[in-house]
Amino acid sequence: MNASLTTKFIEIQDVEQTFKTAKGLFPALQGIHLTIAKGEFVALIGHSGCGKSTLLNLIAGLTTPTAGTLLCANKEIKGPGPERAVVFQNHSLLPWLTCFDNVYLAVERVFGRKESKARLRERTATALALVGLEHAGQKRPSEISGGMKQRVGIARALSMEPQVLLMDEPFGALDALTRARLQDELLEIVARTHSTVVMVTHDVDEAVLLSDKIVMLTNGPAATVGDVLQVDLPRPRNRVQLAEDPHYAQCRKAVIDFLYTRQAHVEKAA
Amino acid sequence: MVSAVFHSPLEPLPVPPQEATKSIAISACTASVTGQKHSKTTTTPWVAHRWAALSRAFWQRVLPPACGLALLLGLWALVSASTGRSIPGPQETWLQALEVFHDPFYRNGPNDQGVGWNVLMSLQRVAIGFGLAALVGIPAGFAIGRFTFLARMFNPLIGLLRPVSPLAWLPIGLLVFKGANPAAIWTIFICSIWPMVINTATGVQRVPQDYLNVARVLQLSEWKVLTRILFPSVLPYMLTGVRLAVGTAWLVIVAAEMLTGGVGIGFWVWDEWNNLNVKNIIIAIFVIGIVGLALEYALIRLATALTFDEVKA
Repeated sequence: MNASLTTKFIEIQDVEQTFKTAKGLFPALQGIHLTIAKGEFVALIGHSGCGKSTLLNLIAGLTTPTAGTLLCANKEIKGPGPERAVVFQNHSLLPWLTCFDNVYLAVERVFGRKESKARLRERTATALALVGLEHAGQKRPSEISGGMKQRVGIARALSMEPQVLLMDEPFGALDALTRARLQDELLEIVARTHSTVVMVTHDVDEAVLLSDKIVMLTNGPAATVGDVLQVDLPRPRNRVQLAEDPHYAQCRKAVIDFLYTRQAHVEKAA
Repeated sequence: MVSAVFHSPLEPLPVPPQEATKSIAISACTASVTGQKHSKTTTTPWVAHRWAALSRAFWQRVLPPACGLALLLGLWALVSASTGRSIPGPQETWLQALEVFHDPFYRNGPNDQGVGWNVLMSLQRVAIGFGLAALVGIPAGFAIGRFTFLARMFNPLIGLLRPVSPLAWLPIGLLVFKGANPAAIWTIFICSIWPMVINTATGVQRVPQDYLNVARVLQLSEWKVLTRILFPSVLPYMLTGVRLAVGTAWLVIVAAEMLTGGVGIGFWVWDEWNNLNVKNIIIAIFVIGIVGLALEYALIRLATALTFDEVKA
């Protein structure tokens, strides 16, 4: 049984999520089964509106499922908490705080009771340095670029030393070059911190490059896990070398095949 | 629902950039032509540029308000002439104003005091009534905005009481407080509490869900949520409420003082009417307007200084 404890860090058991809308009940997710091991990097991929973010919010505890259970480290997920840090799609930094204070707010909450002020400041500085923003601490979010804001968001999440890092399309709003650079940074950070990561994405290359496991969701309503692909490419990964790797191409092909052939998005005639 | 957006009537309009560069280019051209004749080649373009900027400022900033003022004075003179001077004209009023403001702080007994005292007394009543309303209204707005139960509980009450003219509360004030001054303050309190409650509550309800999700993930204490998230994002809405409240309070104090008497700008207007001193009434109208404008301007400056770009949007 001990072996199963280490392999199953997050367990999602027969989870269903139904929303009440003006038109009646809308089943968003149905029959979701998924296990995530400690230190695993999992990407959730699917067409927009299929419920990727809904699933992530359930793991975060921001919403509760209508049926089924979610476990994290063998405990039921009952609400949000700092052990499951979220990097939000639109960074969600508080505009009236400096970048340093945004991160400090999180650090203070998690470590404030046990550690000295100096140590908390040190932790904040370390987190900012981790994303290469040690110089931008005293700037406000409005004074830095979109990519930098997203990095502060990641620094805030990492600074809490979470058990799981939940990322909701963290690079979706960025240009291709910035996105590539942040993906490389994230690869490095994850390699160093051995974080467990669940990332929502709609970018096939991003999913293959970063993940150990790609969870492909079927189209909604009542979306469920359509297929799970193990990406056993060796780490550290390098995007330039991978471009010619036949196994990388295979993985990519498998995801594209799922998304555009098996789950080709059929626009409903409204 | 009162709109909670900043809109400053005093904000200068930005100069269209094309126009600006064009006139600079023209002035630079003429400057270089003249510069060849004279030896002052280095200073002339700067002077020409400066002159162009000044004349542009005159046409855009000085001339239009001057025209507006001239229109007001013209109409006033016309009305004065057509009523056979029963309404005094601008010139006589100006001379009277010089006299009134020569010694604004004289005191000849309780019912004859300078205009300065009257204005200060009115401002004091507004400050006390408004201050008490802020003390009650802003926390109440936070509570109503944060808890749906309280919102459902108080919304019908606010809906019922808000349209009532604050002057209708004056007799109740007189009855309860047994004095003209506290009754006037009570009226100010009633009229300035609604905009603050409503705008603060609206601000709290419009705090972006993203920020609240951050608070939930971090499991921040209710106090931290209030100081780090709610208060800063509600501040601009709250200040709009404050601005509307002060504006209303300044409108109402004149009417309230006409009814209660004592010392105050409203009472002064009524007193001068009883003396049939129309010149002083017109002076009072200007004084009320200028004080109101100054209050409004100060609060707008305060609001702009304390508002973050991302909240304004």
